[in-house]
Amino acid sequence: MDSRITIFTGHFGSGKTELAVNYALKLSAEGKKTTIVDADIVNTYFRTHDKKVHLTGSGINVIAPEFANTNLDMPTLPAEVLSVFADKEAHIVFDVGGDEGGAYALGGYKRFFDREPYDMLFVINKSRPLTQNADDISAYIADIQNASRLKITGLVNNTNLSHDTDLQVLMDGQAVVEAVSQRQGIPIKYISGKKEIVQLLPGALKEKAFGMDLYFQLPFSG
Amino acid sequence: MSDKVLMKGNEAIAEAAMRAGCRHFFGYPITPQTELAAYMAKKMPKVGGLFLQAESEVAAINMVYGAAGAGVRVMTSSSSPGISLKQEGISYIAGADLPCLIVNIVRGGPGLGGIQPAQSDYFQATRGGGHGDYRLIVLAPSSVQEMVDLTYLAFDLGDKYRMPVMIIGDGMLGQMMEPVVFDDTKGGGTGEKAWATTGTRMARKRNIINSLYITPEELEKLVWEREKKYDTVRAAEVRFEQYAAGDAEYIIAAYGTTARIAKNAIDTLRREGYKVGLIRPITLWPFPNEAFSRAAKTAKAFLTVEMSTGQMVEDVRLSVDGKVPVHFYGRTGGMVPSPAEIIEKIKSIAGGDK
Repeated sequence: MDSRITIFTGHFGSGKTELAVNYALKLSAEGKKTTIVDADIVNTYFRTHDKKVHLTGSGINVIAPEFANTNLDMPTLPAEVLSVFADKEAHIVFDVGGDEGGAYALGGYKRFFDREPYDMLFVINKSRPLTQNADDISAYIADIQNASRLKITGLVNNTNLSHDTDLQVLMDGQAVVEAVSQRQGIPIKYISGKKEIVQLLPGALKEKAFGMDLYFQLPFSG
Repeated sequence: MSDKVLMKGNEAIAEAAMRAGCRHFFGYPITPQTELAAYMAKKMPKVGGLFLQAESEVAAINMVYGAAGAGVRVMTSSSSPGISLKQEGISYIAGADLPCLIVNIVRGGPGLGGIQPAQSDYFQATRGGGHGDYRLIVLAPSSVQEMVDLTYLAFDLGDKYRMPVMIIGDGMLGQMMEPVVFDDTKGGGTGEKAWATTGTRMARKRNIINSLYITPEELEKLVWEREKKYDTVRAAEVRFEQYAAGDAEYIIAAYGTTARIAKNAIDTLRREGYKVGLIRPITLWPFPNEAFSRAAKTAKAFLTVEMSTGQMVEDVRLSVDGKVPVHFYGRTGGMVPSPAEIIEKIKSIAGGDK
């Protein structure tokens, strides 16, 4: 049984935001009351807040740093974030900033997270240069758990090479994520990627498939 | 890491620089360039190099000056306001004939401006920026892979001509992720630098790094000698890409991110029967004048597209020399032109003429 709170963390560039947006849209499409919290106070490009119109239009409540992308350069999270812990009916998706720097923002809410179960997912893209092996990934997991004072409950293999992704790329990542899972004792929750790629996953792996539409695109192709 | 990896432009420059033998980085964080410094901070200690976050951009560029004088491969990186702060040091480095790499991941200006992508530092990069008769070699990548390739080249050119080299990107290129490969046969060689202040060990005459010449005759001679070096660079180091330009009646001039967008516009326009092509300067200095003056013999008009109010367009007009009209389309302040905007502009210039 999934908790009503799902937190996406990871190395920056691992695909947290794309996953968080897709996950919120999936919850909402299932008829669940959904809130997404853009808790990224680190990055200013390609963020959940950018998709606010689309998310709101899909019936999702978006809570974002109130001054995101405005003339007031203040990396603060709004008091409204606290409302998600009060409304027990709602499903909550947290999109957290990259690395331990982004995870510090979560630590402030520890006493609320301690009161009910949560799923905290660590997103891994093995094709990112600083998270290519179990040692480096384990170090990131430790950093993020320390900074957030929360426990990671599941891993997501989101290995991709942008437009050059194929099943082989995803499976290369799977081998490393499985090694991390064994070493850390943290189960693999999802294997994610574009819908047409994850549907090719073999056998039992398919049960963990999380297919995505890509919402964060460049203003050009090729 | 010869396999494909997915990198942000900022990270890719940092990784390529280390592979090119750069072991000294001095900088100060600023959006949208910070991942470059952050990557350096993580990896430089692992390769036995030095990452130093200075107290300011001014301090950082003067540390680059010192390290360059000692003959090592050295770099700094920043974004527009930070690059403005570095100008005095850059002028000194040019005046002392030292190689280094300066990376500018441009954001909207002037002043503190914004944090979204821009190309409004073209004048600063190609017209000096600091004081005095000097030039930078200015390289303008348009993909993350090209950021890698041009970083190797930047160090090689800097060492070859003993001059500072700038890589100019924009926030989009710095922040976006694309798959890249690193060619491990490139880079690493810094060559013998007989002029560097590495200690005489009492075995040679001392080397002096200096840009102060009180005697005007001596300074003039030195400045003209340097200008001759710049002529060599003008003759040998021009780089540009042509895209669908062979039979083009309308030529778009664009670099960096804007060139990527222009290519999308050109593909659509070609499908609709418009003969449109692109000349993409890769070296903003030396500027590919001849590519444009040659194209002016057959093209009906040019359109320069920039994320500025019109800066490179002046170089295009100088090259075209009044032979055909040179139009301009620009977005600025962090706004990025869309393929649709470029398509509309070309159609209005062509006036239905396919």
